[in-house]
Amino acid sequence: MPTFQEYLNGIKGEIQELDTTELKDHMDNGKKLAVIDVREQDEYSQGFIPTAHWISRGFLELRIEEAVPDKDTELVIYCAGGTRSALAAKSLAAMGYTNLVSLKGGFGAWKRNGYAFDVPELLTPEQAIRYSRHTMLPEVGIEGQIALLKAKVLCIGAGGLGSPSALYLAAAGIGTIGIIDDDVVDSSNLQRQILHSTERVGMPKVESAALTLTGLNPDVQVVPHQLRLNSDNAEEIIGQYDLVVDGADNFQTRYLLNDVAIKLAKPVIHSSIYRFEGQLTVFNADGLPCYRCLYPEPPPPDQAPSCAEAGVLGVLPGVMGVLQATEAVKVLLGLGTTLAGRLMTYDALRSKFRELKLRPDPECKYCGEGVDKSKIELIDYTQFCMVGG
Amino acid sequence: MATVRIPTPLRKHTDGKEEVSAAGSTIDELITDLEKNYPGIKARICDESGAVRKFVNIFANEEDIRYLDNLQTPVNDSDEVSIIPAIAGGVA
Repeated sequence: MPTFQEYLNGIKGEIQELDTTELKDHMDNGKKLAVIDVREQDEYSQGFIPTAHWISRGFLELRIEEAVPDKDTELVIYCAGGTRSALAAKSLAAMGYTNLVSLKGGFGAWKRNGYAFDVPELLTPEQAIRYSRHTMLPEVGIEGQIALLKAKVLCIGAGGLGSPSALYLAAAGIGTIGIIDDDVVDSSNLQRQILHSTERVGMPKVESAALTLTGLNPDVQVVPHQLRLNSDNAEEIIGQYDLVVDGADNFQTRYLLNDVAIKLAKPVIHSSIYRFEGQLTVFNADGLPCYRCLYPEPPPPDQAPSCAEAGVLGVLPGVMGVLQATEAVKVLLGLGTTLAGRLMTYDALRSKFRELKLRPDPECKYCGEGVDKSKIELIDYTQFCMVGG
Repeated sequence: MATVRIPTPLRKHTDGKEEVSAAGSTIDELITDLEKNYPGIKARICDESGAVRKFVNIFANEEDIRYLDNLQTPVNDSDEVSIIPAIAGGVA
């Protein structure tokens, strides 16, 4: 039986090796090759050769075909010093990879030569467990989860819609969640506003929301904005975020938000509810309609649905808010097809979803053709229907 | 007769009915017929000049009539017409 050293020497005799200087030359010359880092996560996390794809030695055979489907690709495999990569090269050759080399001296030699390296963004071990059901989806992966952790989402309202959407956004690991709400928790809210609880009656909603959301996920930084959006503060606040989830309870805020969002090019996940019915869409996606393309102007107070008719099935905003969170995550990750350009309506009494086509209005005074969006003037519409649904 | 979906805020005009039938070969005729059976409903949909209000949309099946022939958009008996007004609520 050979000793390990004899075994290794045998393998090194069978495989090809490449010097770090040669690899550097190849990379500088733009040579097409796939570089695979087979070290463990704690080593990789300290730095890696630029462009390298990391697959730890233990998962190499399982995952290499996904990373490098063409078995004739020129492959450079490296580890810390050149031993594990030699073993890896032998194994990949047995899998049919025809054009592979092991990097002599590995990452250690690369670093000693003073060549540049990148430091990866990684999840902490706690995050790796918390978000494992996300990261195991190839459409999300570690990169997608890191993107969510860096994302900044503004929730307008910590009420019926804002409660479920903010909860799922926090659970999903959206790193920064801003909440705008100037109200305090009232016991009549608790039939649907699941961010809050009985013992928090009287507490500002933004404060209650922050307690609930950080309790659910300590990765989330909650930014409370205990105020009402107006033409003076809207640009400054919305400008800090990547995306807005609109759960407002009044037309004044919805139109103001639309106009600011166009000005600042921020997507808005829109939903509104009334009794047993909900509407949902995504506004301001590139080239797709805005709120004013659909409804150019708010109704005058006497035409707005009367507050006296108010009332809403408590679970309805739950359904709509969760759909908003779904659309928000899709927009942030660039996944699938969002509702931009489609209005989804939900009729809870009949258990029916319907879909209507929305078109950008070329004549829209806010997002239409030839409009200088930077010059949009913000309007504070007279406030009406404060009570909301 | 085409089916017209009545949004919640307008159902007080239709005795609470969510869907009603209306006669006519265009959207305009449908609205006239609606007004005949449910007086007061037209004023909620159209302004004084007869145009559809700016916070209301009418869809013939899934298409916004503003991008078809507006009030002259033809309708068949098998069509479903939806009246979709802006609603504000998020229930804060």
